[in-house]
Amino acid sequence: MLLAAGLVGVGTCLPALYLVIRAFGAEPAQLAEIVFRSRNLLLLGNTLSLVALVLAIGTLIALPMAWLVTRSDLRAKGLVTFLMALPLAVPGYVMAYALLGLSGYYGFAREWFGVSLPPLHGLWGAALSLALYTFPYIFLNLRAAFLGMDPGLEESAASLGRSRSEVLRHIVLPQLWPALVSAWLVVGLYVIGDFGAIALMRYEVFSYAIYTQYAGAFDRTYAAWLSLMLLGVAGLALYAQARLTRSRRFARVGTGVQRRGVPVRLGLWAVAAWGWVVLVSLAALGLPLAVLGHWMRRGIGEIDWAMLGQAALNSGLAAAVVAGLTVALALPVVLLTLRWPGWFASVTDRLAWMGYATPPLAFGLAMVFFTLAVIPFAYQSHGVLIFAWVMTFLALALGPLRLALMQIGTRPEEAARALGVSPFRAFARVTLPRLKGPMVAAGLLVFIAVVKELPLNWMLAPTGWRSLSTTVFGRTVEGMMTEAAPFALAIILFSAFFVGLILKYEGAGRKELGRR
Amino acid sequence: MTVEPLLSLSHLSRSFGAGQAVVDDLSLDLAAGEILALIGPSGCGKTTTLRMVAGFETPDRGQIRLAGRDITAIAPEKRCIGMVFQDYALFPHMTVAQNVAFGAADRASATAQRFLDMVGLGDFGARYPDELSGGQQQRVALARSFAAAPAVILLDEPFSNLDAALRARTRREIRALLKASGIGILFVTHDQEEALSFADRVAVMKDGRLLQCGPAAEVYDRPADPFVAGFLGRTNLITGEARGESCETVLGRIALERPASGPIGFSLRPEQITIREAGAGEAARGRVTSVEFKGHDLTYWVDCNGTEIQVDQMGGPRLPEGAPVMLSVAGRVAAFG
Repeated sequence: MLLAAGLVGVGTCLPALYLVIRAFGAEPAQLAEIVFRSRNLLLLGNTLSLVALVLAIGTLIALPMAWLVTRSDLRAKGLVTFLMALPLAVPGYVMAYALLGLSGYYGFAREWFGVSLPPLHGLWGAALSLALYTFPYIFLNLRAAFLGMDPGLEESAASLGRSRSEVLRHIVLPQLWPALVSAWLVVGLYVIGDFGAIALMRYEVFSYAIYTQYAGAFDRTYAAWLSLMLLGVAGLALYAQARLTRSRRFARVGTGVQRRGVPVRLGLWAVAAWGWVVLVSLAALGLPLAVLGHWMRRGIGEIDWAMLGQAALNSGLAAAVVAGLTVALALPVVLLTLRWPGWFASVTDRLAWMGYATPPLAFGLAMVFFTLAVIPFAYQSHGVLIFAWVMTFLALALGPLRLALMQIGTRPEEAARALGVSPFRAFARVTLPRLKGPMVAAGLLVFIAVVKELPLNWMLAPTGWRSLSTTVFGRTVEGMMTEAAPFALAIILFSAFFVGLILKYEGAGRKELGRR
Repeated sequence: MTVEPLLSLSHLSRSFGAGQAVVDDLSLDLAAGEILALIGPSGCGKTTTLRMVAGFETPDRGQIRLAGRDITAIAPEKRCIGMVFQDYALFPHMTVAQNVAFGAADRASATAQRFLDMVGLGDFGARYPDELSGGQQQRVALARSFAAAPAVILLDEPFSNLDAALRARTRREIRALLKASGIGILFVTHDQEEALSFADRVAVMKDGRLLQCGPAAEVYDRPADPFVAGFLGRTNLITGEARGESCETVLGRIALERPASGPIGFSLRPEQITIREAGAGEAARGRVTSVEFKGHDLTYWVDCNGTEIQVDQMGGPRLPEGAPVMLSVAGRVAAFG
């Protein structure tokens, strides 16, 4: 357990440390010139407005959807939930590619509807493509919060004579707040670190600037500085999240089993609700699929099946290895934070989040510096790439495992020990079997993330080793839409399958708990 | 005591953080085959005491001995002490038989079956815990503890999860099982009726300290202080001036068990007092202010010179509110230590 914590500590601190060393390696005069460049301010402003816009669009989509599937009498809630979770499967660069493919002269819109849309670029293009596939994080968090909220609270507020909108303002929203903020954190960090969609949309934010500095090999010290600034923004986001949700109480105080609430009757509003569901699904799922289909049709004869198969195999294998390692590392970390709480455990936990918060480009850049300087033989090896992935996605695996372990509690293990079984065996025989579902769910989350992941892959992958994501990006950047389409479609299908599996295992975990 | 007690706690103390001690200098003995109830209001440290005996908490000071062996620093699984949790903590992913066999030295299915038969659940081995009622789960938890062959079993609020109707019956059944097993039982409860009816001896705790420990009837009849008296049941706390063998109170002169002098206090249970209507010309001791009719008995609230006294009466003539009454106490009373 200490080993795991140590590994997390080293793994997540390494990038920041190396960036600092690299950043201060320049001449003082040059340093001042770099740090106080006015361009930095522009990048910061752009980054922040992009984050704000993505969060606003995402919440606007996710909040009504989460309410609909938990509190209303909408039909086919399972289907709607699935449709709203599915955009997770669409990588950002594919979404950007779809929006780009929609507009422009050779675009899908012109060929099918005869309208030549102005090319979507810049802030709105980037925000839209990011929001359309990150909103499921907000949706799933809010849905879980709605489900965990005791409907008795709303009912008692109503019985105290409060109107429905007052109940919403004073009871429901305050309780949703922590879930909303933590979802914003996840999405916000993602947006800060994303680079595929932004590069395609040519919107100048930190990560895009880092990429151009790095790829153009102009100025690596400047790239290191930009990475540090980006890291600072991410750190601020972590801090803000901690501040925003601090010292609030949301635990259910009473005892007894929670009841199901009476669903709100939608009546004619159901039509509007379905309209919104269809619109969002079309934009987030229909659009990328249609655009991909369009480009696929243009180049159906020229698909390089061997290359597609090889890339899919590469992606799948790498993702499976990373998922396994990440879950194996996450389990001791979660156990440490739950069973031996204290400064050491909370530092480990924070560091795991730091790994996730570190923008992938900054992480990748640091790993490049580090391997070249310290272990040059490992440069662009699979080991370094896998290590970086594990450290980045560790935080994703913590959530499901923590929730499951908290719900199981320590009582069964204590009972086992009172029956004369050693602590280790008690854990293995009593707790571990019930962790299977959550462990698979955590592994699948990581798996999808790795299949879609681009920046680390792009910077650290061994030369000649091509995965689905690097192929899509590489070809789209060069405007080879037709050639990129089958790879993008493969990613979506691959991930969609696993999103379905996650929902299944989430459900299985809940059923297991329901047995108690 | 001449024989070594089975389980012996001496001077146990435990505090969490910098605050007050949760358990403060607690000493207790438990004999083989004995049932001892640890009773007190919530937060008095009784569950912490139980968890220290089980080994899930480590005492800051003090010693725990089992059959003469110091087990204070021994891991829970090596103590030979079984524990039945308040929520039973059955393993939901195992069948009832697998649960029972879990801790048994002998994993043969016949062994599990024997213990299930013992608690009257012989036909339920293939079921899962969530397919059993609360009372059945309770007995499975007990069978599981028995199967591990412990020297002592700890029960944490064993009957609190059962509804009232089931509780009395389960209590009798379990008591018979436990007494037949000859294992030492230490159990924790905040329910005085449960403690008095289930245990051979009760130990009353408050704020981490042990106030009194003794046979159930002894502690009920001769509580060491007003708290113990009030905690174990309804009572009248009487003060008076002792003069040798007797004591002057609002109820008149009451005989003392042991001679004393000066101001003293004692507990007088409502059923210890006899009530009758004052005859004509007799100076009444008090006046009935309210009557609580409970079917098989009655409780009168009597105003004696400004002191309110509860009196329980079974049978006899029923008195109306406002009746002038005479009160008397049979036997001798024990003053608070």
